[in-house]
Amino acid sequence: MEQLKTIGRELAMGSQGGFGQSKEFLDLVKSIGEARSKAEEDRIVLSEIEILKRRLLEPDIPKRKMKEYIIRLVYIEMLGHDASFGYIHAVKMTHDDNLLLKRTGYLAVTLFLNEDHDLIILIVNTIQKDLRSDNFLVVCAALNAICRLINEETIPAVLPQVVDLLNHQKEAVRKKAIMALHRFHRKSPSSVSHLISNFRKRLCDNDPGVMGATLCPLFDLISEDVTSYKDLVSSFVSILKQVTERRLPKSYDYHQMPAPFIQIKLLKIMALLGSGDKSASEIMYMVLGDLFRKCDSSTNIGNAILYECIRCISCILPSPKLLEAAAEAISKFLKSDSHNLKYMGIDGLGRLIKISPDIAEQHQLAVIDCLEDPDDTLKRKTFELLYKMTKSSNVEVIVDRMIDYMISINDNHYKTEIASRCVELAEQFAPSNQWFIQTMNKVFEHAGDLVNIKVAHNLMRLIAEGFGEDDDDADSKLRLSAVESYLKIISEPKLPSLFLQVISWVLGEYGTADGKYSASYISGKLCDVADAYSSDETVKGYAVSALMKIYAFEIASGRKVDVLPECQSLIEELLASHSTDLQQRAYELQALLALDARAVESIIPLDASCEDIEVDKDLSFLNGYIQQAIESGAQPYVSERERSGMFETTDYHSQDHHEVPSHALRFEAYELPKPSVPQQASTELVPVPEPSYYSESHQPIPTSLVSERDSSEIKLRLDGVKQKWGRPNYQPTASSSQNTPSITQQAPNGTATHSDGGVGSSSSKPRSSYESKKPEVDPEKQRLAASLFGGSSSSRSDRKSSSGGHKPAKGTSNKPATIPRENPTPVQPPPDLLDFGEPTATSVTTIDPFKELEGLLDSSSSQDGGSADVMGLYSDGAPVTTTTTSVDSLLSELSDSSKGNSRTYQSQTSKGPNSKEALEKDALVRQMGVNPTSQNPTLFKDLLG
Amino acid sequence: MIHFVLLVSRQGKVRLTKWYSPYTQKERSKVIRELSGVILNRGPKLCNFVEWRGYKVVYKRYASLYFCMCIDEEDNELETLEIIHHYVEILDRYFGSVCELDLIFNFHKAYYILDELLIAGELQESSKKTVARIISAQDQLVEAAKEEAGSISNIIAQATK
Repeated sequence: MEQLKTIGRELAMGSQGGFGQSKEFLDLVKSIGEARSKAEEDRIVLSEIEILKRRLLEPDIPKRKMKEYIIRLVYIEMLGHDASFGYIHAVKMTHDDNLLLKRTGYLAVTLFLNEDHDLIILIVNTIQKDLRSDNFLVVCAALNAICRLINEETIPAVLPQVVDLLNHQKEAVRKKAIMALHRFHRKSPSSVSHLISNFRKRLCDNDPGVMGATLCPLFDLISEDVTSYKDLVSSFVSILKQVTERRLPKSYDYHQMPAPFIQIKLLKIMALLGSGDKSASEIMYMVLGDLFRKCDSSTNIGNAILYECIRCISCILPSPKLLEAAAEAISKFLKSDSHNLKYMGIDGLGRLIKISPDIAEQHQLAVIDCLEDPDDTLKRKTFELLYKMTKSSNVEVIVDRMIDYMISINDNHYKTEIASRCVELAEQFAPSNQWFIQTMNKVFEHAGDLVNIKVAHNLMRLIAEGFGEDDDDADSKLRLSAVESYLKIISEPKLPSLFLQVISWVLGEYGTADGKYSASYISGKLCDVADAYSSDETVKGYAVSALMKIYAFEIASGRKVDVLPECQSLIEELLASHSTDLQQRAYELQALLALDARAVESIIPLDASCEDIEVDKDLSFLNGYIQQAIESGAQPYVSERERSGMFETTDYHSQDHHEVPSHALRFEAYELPKPSVPQQASTELVPVPEPSYYSESHQPIPTSLVSERDSSEIKLRLDGVKQKWGRPNYQPTASSSQNTPSITQQAPNGTATHSDGGVGSSSSKPRSSYESKKPEVDPEKQRLAASLFGGSSSSRSDRKSSSGGHKPAKGTSNKPATIPRENPTPVQPPPDLLDFGEPTATSVTTIDPFKELEGLLDSSSSQDGGSADVMGLYSDGAPVTTTTTSVDSLLSELSDSSKGNSRTYQSQTSKGPNSKEALEKDALVRQMGVNPTSQNPTLFKDLLG
Repeated sequence: MIHFVLLVSRQGKVRLTKWYSPYTQKERSKVIRELSGVILNRGPKLCNFVEWRGYKVVYKRYASLYFCMCIDEEDNELETLEIIHHYVEILDRYFGSVCELDLIFNFHKAYYILDELLIAGELQESSKKTVARIISAQDQLVEAAKEEAGSISNIIAQATK
């Protein structure tokens, strides 16, 4: 009976899809499948590891058994356990002559070993042998392994053979050889740099698979060096054309789309080649236009191509027609019910918005919907879009939203990113200083440990320097408001370290400056900080330095300092601190308290954090002292180099002077070997006269020590001096570059009226048209939309309004820097971009300013008309949406058109053979002892069904 | 490029992993834990993409199995979704209406097929037919080897009789 059972199972296994393993292995898989907890699974795996360890030690394991053991090792490793004890057996198996075993061996080593594993050296030889095999399957297996295992050092060992295989008669081999070379290129570009012509050659391979594979390395090569591949533009375009005309074999069709993966790859390459190249772009326009027309937006793959087209169009020099088509595709994406397409739409919008900033306005509500969507991925993508379209008119709304979101998430990686974006936007567009400081406080409070330390230094500098204008009153107001806000925050528990550093510094520097708060109040707060965060030495250091400043200011102004008892105990504690830095600060503070007002004032002058400190590296101020000492008979200073020279001559008289330097460490690089004559060789024995590197590296140390110490208090000013406050932004480029000339010419009141007009008309009009047509839209959303998007036509005005109305928010030392910031526009846009704005605006650059103003108003109002039209389009999109929903239901069915394509019989309603197969499988599995209903009934569902 | 491929069941059990970028065993477990936590908890109507540590993970659920691929920021998500589907279709054709059990017990075959589809994190072959052809060539070789082994053992058996 038992025998019969095994025979039956054996028979079942013979059929395709059967399980060709032993009972033991099946039991293992089964028990893992039935494990109810991770702990149970781990237990099973650990006992399996023990079994395998024992088994592998047995002598003379039959090969079939060995193969199974190795597959079991793979299984263990897959489940996240360490199977390294068996690696060597897998390596051995690759040496086997039997392809079946060899293949298993290769599979196992590619899964086990990383490219830097020691065992790889044992495989290289086998790989070399296999690459020479007559059997192309062996060669393929070896090439697969190469793509995973060969590292930089072993590339030369296989490179010549791989290159030979590029001309192999089997296309599968050629293809893999190309991929292997691609991999080599990624690992070490120099190793294959002489072979690049091969890629070009393979582009013309008869086999579309090889050609498709060649696009991968070409994409990499072109992204590194665009110019040397410009000649291929027309070839790529013609390949793409042929693909879209279905010239490739039918077998490359996917869901009725001709070779879509190849198309996408080509589009990626074209985007690289066409960016900033007019002639190349023009060649592409035709085929891109065709693609838009032909692409079937009812399938996912069609949309993938459409999306890639949008990307391509946003990279190459834009053509108005194509932009229109792209915008249309995007609006289809956004209106779709599928979250995937919405996501792609938002992404596409973010790309197109660089070229035509107006496009976002049509989709404002769709964007708001995405922003409020429960789907996190979509939300983040939308934030990315908002980040790209931020300008000074909407920065407050956007940054507030971002901060709210930042507070709500736990994912540190993304938190860091969004925090740094908030900071960047705030720095760039802050409408007022007050707002800027408050925003920064929020960012620090909630993500303080994640932001770059530079940000903190920037904030401190901002508060210290004010805003680049000689308005001390405003500066001190700002400082006072900063101090007040910090005093409010400071008692909250668990503030991030970086934020505390900023707080301590500001309190020390400006806490008592206004006279509003007493020194003892501030110093008490600072002591609290040092106490509460006693494990954080940096914070403590900042706090002590701040205390020192406060006391110094007190002493300098002639008031009597009474050190609070808790401060006294803090100082005493720090005097004995293990940290030398803290100790030093404490001693300095103590010493300072004993000095008189004049001395203190010269040590720490009031509000002098912005003054430059000159570091006298030569210590020339000591000259007099030295002179005096020498006169009174002291030895003059002998530099270390001279000293060592003296040392040698005095102590090693007997030794040949020439050999001495060999006793010292040499820090300079060895000279390059010269094809030298014997005499030269002898001169090389002569000591290198000055170990110059050595002395150079040592001399500055004392001074740098001093400066380091200094900089612990004034560090923030020294770094980042070169740093700019904001980078020029791209979106307003097209519009504001048209307008800046007019703005600079106009009187401030003129601009004000203009901006009013712009804002009013653009924000109110679309809103009203919306309300009339879509009454169900939430007014809250509309308000948000208006605040986000309303500015797009007003954006031209708010750029200068920020320079006129508010003070230019931030500045380093910046009277000169503010000027370039006001019109940074010419930096980025290639001149051709101008063609896409309103032509009227561009033409009127040098006319009478008032006329120009009229022109601008005209153009903005005409644009409003346009947007109203668009709204109309949007609202009567009802038929469009219905079509997309039907499309979506198609999409959502997993067994979509391809299935009908590949196996027509099955997609019919009966599904006869299918269920039969499933039944068979079910029976087989039951036979094996797996009980389907117990745990996981869905196991038996077809994946595609 | 694709950094890794992950097949995870709805219960969070790993069915297949393939790493195209270097990850240590420790990192691998961490990645799997983290990602399955994120992906398995996502609702059905949300999008099939997750932004994760500067990469994007594209996933799709088939019956009770999640297929995940991790791609670069600049890659096309919809295309990756179709690569997954492409793989599933090839599996389906190979196993004959594939179900999760096929992959559980024949994970090594799923690996072989994946190796013909992706190499070093790039799609190497987009034609189903070509992949099917080369896989069946390999299988035939295996069959031939089996028969040969069988006949030899027969001969030996007869000789020793």
